[in-house]
Amino acid sequence: MFLRDKMRAPIMVTSSFNFPPSWKRLLQKGQPSPRLALLCFLDSISVDVMAISSLRTAVARRAVRLTNAAVRFTGRGSGTVAGGHVGLRIDPQLLGKLSRGRTVILVSGTNGKTTTSALVRAGWGGVVASNDTGANMPAGHVAALVSSTASAVVLEVDEAWLDVVVAATAPKVVVLLNLSRDQLDRASEVRQLAQRWRDMVAAHPDVAYVANASDPMVAYAVDGAPLVFWVEVPRGWREDARSCPRCTALLTFDTTWHCTCGFAQPLATTSIDERGEVVLDGAALPLALGLPGFFNRVNAAFAVRALSLVGVAPEDAAARVAGVSAVQGRYGLRQWRGQTVRLLLAKNPAGVGALIDEFLTTKDELWVALNARVADGRDPSWIYDAPFELLEGRAVWCLGDRRLDMATRLHYANVTTTVVDRQDDLPAGITPVTVIANYTAFREIFEASTPC
Amino acid sequence: MLSIGLLYPDLLGTYGDGGNATVLAARARARQIPVDIVAVRSGDELIDADLYLVGGGEDGPQRQATELLRATSFTRRVDDGAVVFAVCAGLQILGESFAVEGDESYEGLGCVSAVTTRGPQRRVGEMATTVGTHTLVGFENHGGLTTLGAEVAPLGTVVAGYGNDGVVDGYQWRNVLATYAHGPALALNPWLADLLLEKALGHEVAPLPTVADALYRERVAALLAN
Repeated sequence: MFLRDKMRAPIMVTSSFNFPPSWKRLLQKGQPSPRLALLCFLDSISVDVMAISSLRTAVARRAVRLTNAAVRFTGRGSGTVAGGHVGLRIDPQLLGKLSRGRTVILVSGTNGKTTTSALVRAGWGGVVASNDTGANMPAGHVAALVSSTASAVVLEVDEAWLDVVVAATAPKVVVLLNLSRDQLDRASEVRQLAQRWRDMVAAHPDVAYVANASDPMVAYAVDGAPLVFWVEVPRGWREDARSCPRCTALLTFDTTWHCTCGFAQPLATTSIDERGEVVLDGAALPLALGLPGFFNRVNAAFAVRALSLVGVAPEDAAARVAGVSAVQGRYGLRQWRGQTVRLLLAKNPAGVGALIDEFLTTKDELWVALNARVADGRDPSWIYDAPFELLEGRAVWCLGDRRLDMATRLHYANVTTTVVDRQDDLPAGITPVTVIANYTAFREIFEASTPC
Repeated sequence: MLSIGLLYPDLLGTYGDGGNATVLAARARARQIPVDIVAVRSGDELIDADLYLVGGGEDGPQRQATELLRATSFTRRVDDGAVVFAVCAGLQILGESFAVEGDESYEGLGCVSAVTTRGPQRRVGEMATTVGTHTLVGFENHGGLTTLGAEVAPLGTVVAGYGNDGVVDGYQWRNVLATYAHGPALALNPWLADLLLEKALGHEVAPLPTVADALYRERVAALLAN
């Protein structure tokens, strides 16, 4: 009861505590249960201190840790989201308070968020707080900032949450990679997102934006901001930006894009040439990247430029970035069902296109695993926007809940397919194999496989 | 030569709608029918085609596509019996009016007596309708509530999902077939792809067994089980 004496706070005895509705939801079946944590923490404080701001934050931090520990302890997952939800419920300002006094870089965009964040983290050197489990909404950010007090922070942020997270965390740098169609059954459509980003940029002119000049949607969002570092990206996805985001007339694409209204590709100070060389302020930057693929060299260019804005020398960042060879199980070789597979994640047309380009440089077998669960987006129609025609002449094995959707798509692209109804029917002893899987299919294979 | 006009894929192609052209072309070619897919992008002239496809899109591009089509002979072609498959925004564009941002009503092409207002909520999910002896399966994602004129028949009766109004989906008017099942509806429903080919060719086509039949059976079973 010393709390009451010290803080003169109104008290409420634990036994009469009412769970807020959001906690009740968390306690429902199928959700990671923070029950153990709630009991620990309610037991230890005995009073309701919700009215006291600083104490509220302290309690919220503690709740995040305890909930996550409990979720991990009970084997219900890594716990980052459950803890963050509890913390934010106790203190809605928690994300802002946890960010105060730290140097924050945010990374957003449809594709490359996780990898680019990992490259920023590696390139920074030293201890860096980051949501490296991929939980990229505020609950995940809170958990990351509670679990590490490092002053350097890099967070990957869901595109639709970026405005909220920018307002809360006051970042030094925001990296805007690209904007294209992804999970249209629940995310906003591309142009709506670009407009929200634009409003966000206007409201936060003090932030340095590292932005994709070759993507008209991103350029529209950032156009007019005082502090922009443009990155030129050849070979980008353009199907969502055929018409001008400013005036809706048809855009012209040659080496750069432009519109009759005068809106045109901004001049970049960072670029990646066709051979994949990163050029920073006119000088080529030696970069021996451990990750495969042209698109990862693009991600590295964004990372190095962002780091240069928080005082990291590009040469140092490039040297450290080179050491990254796998990101959350992606790109690295893994053992699965007795054979070696390169496990790749793609969940939208632009992502699949980039991976197919890369796959075609190999002689690998290709297995494609497609699900359409909530986390994947329930609508798999996006596979018709992905350039599977490039695989014509190759043979592909189709796995996952929606393997028949995949096989039908590939059939119409003149690709020979085998539908794998049971994983036991997968051929053994074929190596190497590239596996392209979307979100939940990737998680399943990742968890069933081991690192090489 | 069967010509397929894919209308404004740069504006109306948000949900894999280009897949419908791919499917029609592949199913025709498998029967030794030569095919030409012509993508009519905004700024291009409307072409003569045996079959037109009008897809789904966001509000701004939907209005833009409406204006572009209004300036062409498209409405006359529909009146003259052009074969058209219109999906989602395409369904709305061919009607008399449709709602856009802020519930404002926008004038459609008026080819079909159909009025779309803002529905009570956005409808996102799998849908199934009964069309004659067939089931149409697909995925819808729209906020429209479409009311048909007395002379216009719906395409199907809703079994799962929402369609126009929770009761019926789409419409059939002259040689226009329309549905809210967006994206590659013809990939999921091979019978519908063949029905459109037959309308465009003016004769029956031979059966064509493919893996799409298994996909169709699976989705029908999954949707009717719920």
